[in-house]
Amino acid sequence: MKTRKDTLLFIAFLLPALASLVVVIIIPFLMGIYYSLTDWNGVSKTVNFVGLQNYLAIFQRDPSFIHAFLITLAYAFLNVLAVNLVAIGLALLVTNRLKLTNVYRAAFFAPNLIGGLVLGYIWQFIYNNVISFYDFMPQMLAKPGTALAATVITSTWQYAGYIMMIYVAAIQSVPESLLEAAEMDGATYSKRFRYIFFPMIAQSFTICMFLSLTSSFKQFDVNISLTNGGPAASFMGESIRFTELMALNIYYTAFSYNKMGEGQAKAIIFFFLLLVVSVTQVYFSKKREVEA
Amino acid sequence: MKKKRLTIWILEAITFIVMLIFLLPIYLVLINASKSNIMIAADPVSLPDSLGVLIDNVVRIWNHPNIRFPSSLFSSVIITVLSVGLLVLISSMAAWVLCRRKSRVSTVLFLLFVGIMIVPFQVIMLPLVSWFNIVQTSTGIPMLKSYLGIIFAYMGFGVPLSVFLFHGFIKSVPLELEEAATIDGCAKGLVFFRIVLPILKPIIVTVIVLNGLWIWNDFLLPLIVLGLGNEIQTLPLAVSNFVGSFVKKWDLILTSTLMAMTPMLILFIFVQKYVLKGMVDGALK
Repeated sequence: MKTRKDTLLFIAFLLPALASLVVVIIIPFLMGIYYSLTDWNGVSKTVNFVGLQNYLAIFQRDPSFIHAFLITLAYAFLNVLAVNLVAIGLALLVTNRLKLTNVYRAAFFAPNLIGGLVLGYIWQFIYNNVISFYDFMPQMLAKPGTALAATVITSTWQYAGYIMMIYVAAIQSVPESLLEAAEMDGATYSKRFRYIFFPMIAQSFTICMFLSLTSSFKQFDVNISLTNGGPAASFMGESIRFTELMALNIYYTAFSYNKMGEGQAKAIIFFFLLLVVSVTQVYFSKKREVEA
Repeated sequence: MKKKRLTIWILEAITFIVMLIFLLPIYLVLINASKSNIMIAADPVSLPDSLGVLIDNVVRIWNHPNIRFPSSLFSSVIITVLSVGLLVLISSMAAWVLCRRKSRVSTVLFLLFVGIMIVPFQVIMLPLVSWFNIVQTSTGIPMLKSYLGIIFAYMGFGVPLSVFLFHGFIKSVPLELEEAATIDGCAKGLVFFRIVLPILKPIIVTVIVLNGLWIWNDFLLPLIVLGLGNEIQTLPLAVSNFVGSFVKKWDLILTSTLMAMTPMLILFIFVQKYVLKGMVDGALK
């Protein structure tokens, strides 16, 4: 069956996609591993091999990255929590037989259509000019704690509507007859939620956790336009930017400070971190899914 | 029964109020884009005096040399449409042959496509610039600051998920249709375009929605491949460049954000059903 003609067709159909993948991702990925082992500054012609020095330097004398790592963990935790809570809440609202259900869904989803960058500027205006217009409200972006909260609020506003749609799909897959039967048998709302809804939406829970978690770790657009990492703070005796997340830290290391080697080493650490976090999360969620 | 109807009405009211709160930021953009800078500082929550200021601000942004709105809009459309179109084509072709030709090579290549998805963009971005630079200087093909470079980059970054989605769909398409067409004398390559591609319509919608939304709003990739202030710039780049060039002229900045998000919001009103379905299907696969 496999003639030479078939093989040619196979190659011809596969080549464009495979070539894009190799040229755009695989080659730079391998180059990146090499760069992380050099002292290249991104511009000069001299590139010296320095082994693992970049990696060691990050852990020994780069409080900004260690702080970015910790603040990314905090941000990811708060954001996953906020996004999923809001999304479940909204999903429970819009799955009732409401008159304007489709309008509500579209409206809650709409912020997702606005890019993170544009959205960050809009919220910067809201925090700096609208909220602080009222004297009793805090200058959200001026203090570390509230600036982090502001970032979480902004990204929750952007992302919750999307996650909501996934929960909506899950809730709608619960057969109506099952709920009615439970109601007939006298199951209370909380019981129905616990024993029928919850197990049935467990699978979508895994997906939503995964999506919100990875998107939190990769957050860049809202970060750069809302706070640009600010406000300044002190950490391990050095001045750092409090809300600078890992992606932004990597970007500035490489492009503003011209430390390509060190920036790339950070990126590779970031990659492994993301790998570990997402694999662990999926593993535990899957396990609970089976038990539920 | 009466009690139930009351509950529904209360829920309707609650949801409606939550929606209004949710849309508050967009409302704030709209009213403040219709004011002058002094009026915004005086009271950011008051209603504007007239819509004339909004029209005035829109015209100013449209003609402003620091944002070059028309040409940025054009570039954004070109980059999004071409990237998504090419992605649909090359990914569906690759997924089809990977699915239909059962061999170890197919399996390994498919796993390569899927496995790559775990690599975050941040790991690729730094070497990508120097790699594109190497290609550009050694071959003369313009990879940086060009349409070619950024569209090609989007093809590379978009291909893994797209191939994965098409592959999953094609698996469920019965082989008999294609076999019948082959027996009827249709060349195998043509079978794909005449028979298979039309069947893929539902998943093509998903692929278009997911990639279109991402590429339209993306900031980081255009930032490193095109750069700020380049001749070719996408809308997010243009807005960022514009904000950077002014010390908080909020009337114009808000008008620019309003104008940047309007095309997508209008499009969404018309294709809402497909977008919501596409986003969910993409996540559930």
